[in-house]
Amino acid sequence: MKVRVHVSLKPGVLDPQGRAVHHALEGMGFAGIEDVRIGRLIELEVAEGTTDAALDEMCRKLLANMVIENYRIEKLPQIERAA
Amino acid sequence: MRLAVITFPGSNCDRDMAVALEKVSGTAPIRVWHGDADLPERLDFIALPGGFSYGDYLRSGAMAANSPIMRAVKEAAGRGVPVLGVCNGFQVLAEAGLLPGALMRNAVQTFICRTVPLVVENAQSLFTGGYTPGQEIRIPVAHHDGNYFADEATLDRLEGEGRIAFRYKEACNGSRRDIAGILNETGTVLGMMPHPERAIEDDLGSIDGRALFESAIKGLVGA
Repeated sequence: MKVRVHVSLKPGVLDPQGRAVHHALEGMGFAGIEDVRIGRLIELEVAEGTTDAALDEMCRKLLANMVIENYRIEKLPQIERAA
Repeated sequence: MRLAVITFPGSNCDRDMAVALEKVSGTAPIRVWHGDADLPERLDFIALPGGFSYGDYLRSGAMAANSPIMRAVKEAAGRGVPVLGVCNGFQVLAEAGLLPGALMRNAVQTFICRTVPLVVENAQSLFTGGYTPGQEIRIPVAHHDGNYFADEATLDRLEGEGRIAFRYKEACNGSRRDIAGILNETGTVLGMMPHPERAIEDDLGSIDGRALFESAIKGLVGA
């Protein structure tokens, strides 16, 4: 099973990287940008029986830092591979 | 006296830390590798050095915080064994939950490497008893992720309980309330971004870090 974990900074946590990219985009002439926040995408390939609880624990204990980050788990539909 | 310095893959201040501890205590610390499951017995002091453990993968200190030796360090800290974490060591302590908050990318986006003035906020802890309250000291910083973050309630609690050990005298890296170093509830775990081990001799440009080690070692002898 393929799982994507989207890690993002909590609202209210300053994102200096996002701010720098925001300024860069504006400097390139792109208008109308309200905000830029940078997160992290982690793709996992896990055994079929992996429980939601186990995935949650992986996120809380390592993949995200709960002091500053939120996470969202996305399970990707299985794509049948041709034999 | 039994002192230990933990080395993670990517630590690069472990030797400086060991030298500082030996110069002040007269005892060479035991060097411990991160993959060891157990700490040496009857330790009196544990130091987590600066560097870039695991290449700062995922988040600074995140991988090291979950390495085998950290289970033993957490257990020792729980028994009251003093733990000092400097720079990456502070990041590891925060990631391991031994200290509150997190160290984020510097607000200025650049690596900061210079000697900065600090104000000693708490001069009564095991680590800071050799300073006077409000004393200004000069200690080098060298980090990319030293921007201390915690929510307002946690910051208020740290202030109220006298757990802010050091503050930057001038804004440095974006840290909330200019926090440079904090203590745990019992005052036996100190995490700080500046490097006291790089300020123990005149030849290094400052001797202001020496009092931290002297105070800690004196406290151990007295204990």
